[in-house]
Amino acid sequence: MGTFLIEREMLWNAFSTTLSLAVISGLLALVVGTIVAGLRVSPYRPLRLVATAYTEFLRNTPLTIVFFFYVFVTPSIGFAFDYRTAATIALTCYTSAFVAEAVRSGINSVAVGQAEAARSLGMSFRQNLLIVVLPQAFRTAIPPLISVLIALVKNTSVAGAFGVFELFAMSRRLTNVYSADVIAILLGVALFYLVICIPLGQLAGRLERKVAFAR
Amino acid sequence: MSSSTGPVLYDVAGPEEKARERRISIVLAVVLVLLGGGLVALLARNGAFDDRWLVLVDVPTNFAGFETRHVWQAVFRGLLNTLIAAAIALPLAALLALVLVSLRSSPFAPLRWLVIAITEFFRGLPVVLVMFFGILVLPGATQLIAVVFGLTLYNAAVFAEILRAGIAALPKGQTEAAESLGMGRFLTYRDIQLPQAVRMMMPSLIAQGVVLVKDSSLGYIVGYAELLRSVSRVADALTNAQYLLPLLTVGAAVYIALNISLSRLAVWVQRRSSFARRAPARVVGTPPMP
Repeated sequence: MGTFLIEREMLWNAFSTTLSLAVISGLLALVVGTIVAGLRVSPYRPLRLVATAYTEFLRNTPLTIVFFFYVFVTPSIGFAFDYRTAATIALTCYTSAFVAEAVRSGINSVAVGQAEAARSLGMSFRQNLLIVVLPQAFRTAIPPLISVLIALVKNTSVAGAFGVFELFAMSRRLTNVYSADVIAILLGVALFYLVICIPLGQLAGRLERKVAFAR
Repeated sequence: MSSSTGPVLYDVAGPEEKARERRISIVLAVVLVLLGGGLVALLARNGAFDDRWLVLVDVPTNFAGFETRHVWQAVFRGLLNTLIAAAIALPLAALLALVLVSLRSSPFAPLRWLVIAITEFFRGLPVVLVMFFGILVLPGATQLIAVVFGLTLYNAAVFAEILRAGIAALPKGQTEAAESLGMGRFLTYRDIQLPQAVRMMMPSLIAQGVVLVKDSSLGYIVGYAELLRSVSRVADALTNAQYLLPLLTVGAAVYIALNISLSRLAVWVQRRSSFARRAPARVVGTPPMP
């Protein structure tokens, strides 16, 4: 652990990069994912098709390939991003597909009577979705959404291999420099991931039990 | 299959509404096609569709002496390496998960705590960090061993958690009936709880299997010659980064085909098992992580 004391500035930089990558792409993915889920239940077939293709494509592609695309391939077709932006875009795209699935399964879990009642009051599709169904869908979708966000936090480590200096990249550099303390360094870095992921997991479990009782 | 909620959220349309919907759909389709066309035109102007795609059918003369068949050999060797890593890690992870979940129902509390600690520890870590640990710390570890090490430990923890949730979701009557038959704790666990939990959780277990296959691509980061590294090496050998676009497209297509067929398998198994059981399987724990 002495290594971390010596390199605390680097550690802080890396940890805050991991956090900000997760927070920024998490928020963007929530927005994009919700829109995609909304398109997927819309009455218009072209929109449904596009949204389905988007989720299925990204859910079945490894994150490493998405990163590879935005970091190494897009420059050759005229879109060059710096590493940080490329990482944010890749994480947002990948995560938004899983957000869309979580929100859609939330929408599916809302009792049919709710949407029917809203329709019988003369609400349009948009009113029905925004005022009646989505708020209830989000409540059920929160535990799976937290799981998606936990996965996002862990997935930021892939950015470390594509030019962004976050915790994983730091562990690579530190184990290189202080090769005698490899195990201590890796356990220390692991601790930083666990500090974020375990409480989030507990929260998801607790909310899940609460939602299960409320239904 | 696109959505079961669709028709609930809006009225089943009458003739006039149907005509209006169709008009809007057509307009939207035209707009989407125009947008897509615009994107394609932009990419074409940037050279995305130039002769770089020839690398897949007829490799231009190069100093590395690469021929077209070498390109496809690289693709298949990469795919093979991906499958090898997944095929070794999957049974190992299942076996380890079985050990973990068995120990978790042991009557000796400290042992249970130890298992809980191990499961939570590996579930909370990025797989690539565990692979990296493997390559640095395991004596004489090759890249393949490191990849298998990371995939096994992480997925064993997740599989164990899924099975635990499955056991917790079993009706209490099952355990009570076993006890009233005089079955001990171990026999109840082995013959009553575990088989039902495995069967009930099969869809989640397969979904996690898909994640395992996908995660094998993290081997790229620790230098294992899986599909992604294998195709990117071709571009390196041809010393032309332009070839990455067609090569990566092939790589992504292979992954997508592989994963979609595995997901189809999961859906099929789920349908079969829901016929076999009266109560639908309800997942209590957190669902497998993407």
